[in-house]
Amino acid sequence: MTLMQKFLGATATLALTAGAAFAEPALIYDLGGKFDKSFNEAAFNGAQQFAEATGGSFRDIELQSEAQREQALRRFAERGMNPVVTTGFSMSTPIANVAADYPDTKFVTIDGFVDPGAHPNVLSILFSEHEGSYLVGMMAAMASDSGTVGFIGGMDIPLIRRFACGYAQGVKAVNGDATVISNMTGTTPSAWNDPVKGSELTLAQISQGADVVYAAAGGTGIGVLQTAADQNILSVGVDSNQNYMQPGSVLTSMLKRVDVAVFESMSAGADLETGVKVLGLAEEGVGYSLDEYNASLVSDEMKAAVDAARASIISGDIAVHNYTTDDSCPVLDF
Amino acid sequence: MDKMPGWADAVLVPLISILLAALVSSLVILAIGESPIDAFGSMVEGALASSAGWGYTLYYATNFMFTGLAVSVAFHARLFNIGGEGQAMLGGLGVALMCLFIPWPHWSLAVIGSGLAAAAFGALWALIPAYLQAKRGSHIVITTIMFNFIAASLLNYVLVNMLRPDGAMEPSSGVFPPATQLPTFQDMFSTTDMVLFQRAPANVSFFIAVAACFVVWLLLWRTRLGYDIRSFGHNERAAKYAGINGVRITIIAMLISGALAGMMAVNSTQGEAERLLLNSSEGAGFIGIAVALMGRNHPLGVFLAALLFGFLYQGGAEVSFWTNIPVQIVIVMQALVILFTGALDNMVRTPLERVFLAFRRKEG
Repeated sequence: MTLMQKFLGATATLALTAGAAFAEPALIYDLGGKFDKSFNEAAFNGAQQFAEATGGSFRDIELQSEAQREQALRRFAERGMNPVVTTGFSMSTPIANVAADYPDTKFVTIDGFVDPGAHPNVLSILFSEHEGSYLVGMMAAMASDSGTVGFIGGMDIPLIRRFACGYAQGVKAVNGDATVISNMTGTTPSAWNDPVKGSELTLAQISQGADVVYAAAGGTGIGVLQTAADQNILSVGVDSNQNYMQPGSVLTSMLKRVDVAVFESMSAGADLETGVKVLGLAEEGVGYSLDEYNASLVSDEMKAAVDAARASIISGDIAVHNYTTDDSCPVLDF
Repeated sequence: MDKMPGWADAVLVPLISILLAALVSSLVILAIGESPIDAFGSMVEGALASSAGWGYTLYYATNFMFTGLAVSVAFHARLFNIGGEGQAMLGGLGVALMCLFIPWPHWSLAVIGSGLAAAAFGALWALIPAYLQAKRGSHIVITTIMFNFIAASLLNYVLVNMLRPDGAMEPSSGVFPPATQLPTFQDMFSTTDMVLFQRAPANVSFFIAVAACFVVWLLLWRTRLGYDIRSFGHNERAAKYAGINGVRITIIAMLISGALAGMMAVNSTQGEAERLLLNSSEGAGFIGIAVALMGRNHPLGVFLAALLFGFLYQGGAEVSFWTNIPVQIVIVMQALVILFTGALDNMVRTPLERVFLAFRRKEG
């Protein structure tokens, strides 16, 4: 890694002397917005790390309308920006439409999927959210006194059901009798940014006995974490490390290393390897967070159990069912 | 009677309003430590300096022409249709159903089918608020804005549960078959040596919008129905006394208005996205109100105002691409133009009228 950074630093300096030879990368956020404290912000953080590590710069844009999706891709590609990194599955269709027109530009879709056979210059980065969710599910079940834990998803799409299903499997692995309550915030994109409804759903789940709630809902999760803290129960954050948001109440956060994905894509520059990349526990693309804010909540026993499970998942001894492979979940009904 | 000449009313007032908006925008940009000259430079360059930029400007302008006309027609009958957003969404549904389920042999037939479906769906969505206004006196502003929310929910239900392809995450329909895809300006105007309007979304529906401007002008000022609509709008009681049926005019004006708003979807859904998206109307229904206000409810004015707003949209996108001005400030810039040209119209008009009156007194 350090060698890589040195190498990149050298190319950046070289580029400064050689003019515009060094392609600047670009980052396009999904309509949710840049500072959502979750998914898009993780992408921004990754780009910032890239800028700091290499001394390079990057362009980023928050979109205002649907027509701008393709426009942004084309404009960045026309100006020689490389790679063009995008967040969110809504970008995959626009990328599939434009990729063939710019064969020298590498496009990255994080959370989206573009057929690598048809579009050789596109990298689709997917995360094994079910594996990370399994680990936080185990922690939730061990921390729960009532034997009932909750899940609050954002928009009801297969991707979020994958989170829920992995979580439920983790819970059941620790306590086969545990109850998992699952709710989705809504069916429209506004479900990603509705903290008030997140708060209401949390209260509803508490009244059903839940004492740990996992939010996989983007900005909606802010309301979930807040309410969990107000009601003295535990919560689990998502995507970015959200432990700091409610210290002492957030049990852990299911990390989805969008920042690492962005950092590595940008660092590779024009030489980025395309295709489909699935980042799971083995690749450290997903995981759980441990820092000073949740140190008192995570017991040694909990940590040992989760780390053992993590090793077993990587070695293949534990197979976590992925909801999107067959659109069904063995331990949870939607 | 006239306090100032027609040219001052039509050109000078909007121009001064835009300059004021630009001035305040500059102050906002300066306050965040960026250069207003760079910002306006990239706006003009990105929206007007290349044929591709024009292609985007005209694409947005097409949307705003339809919704601006929709608001204007209703406004002439003194009905404030702020449901253009919902009517355009339903229009999009009409377009999608036509394109997805009928095997059209050629785009020219498809555009007739989808245009009629868009107009019919938009008109039907306006019919219920129109009926409630005409027969029950429920205020059209309240009902049309409520219908925007109902339209969003309905569209969401249809997309998620019916039109979404298997396994897709996004609430959108499948891609329309190639035969229904409208020719873009690039297809129409490029020669073998020169590529014009490269990959810009402006398409043949721009000409439909221009034709609609002309038809609306004919309708309002050259037909009996247009006369009825305008007299009903000027004075409801006098119109009734003259034998004009208020219920009929209210409903017809709203049907035309809804049909025009719905037809916007031909441009955005069939022309650009080539699939039905959840927010395919992109707020154009609301921008239409500002376009109509600025265009003084005249089709020619709507045409020009739509071009201006198209420029603002495309220029705004260019500002976010190439400067460090965040998108929120771009929205502030667009909002300032709407504020000054629409809501604060009289702030410019009244002093200007005084100036003209003073001049006239001197001459007299």
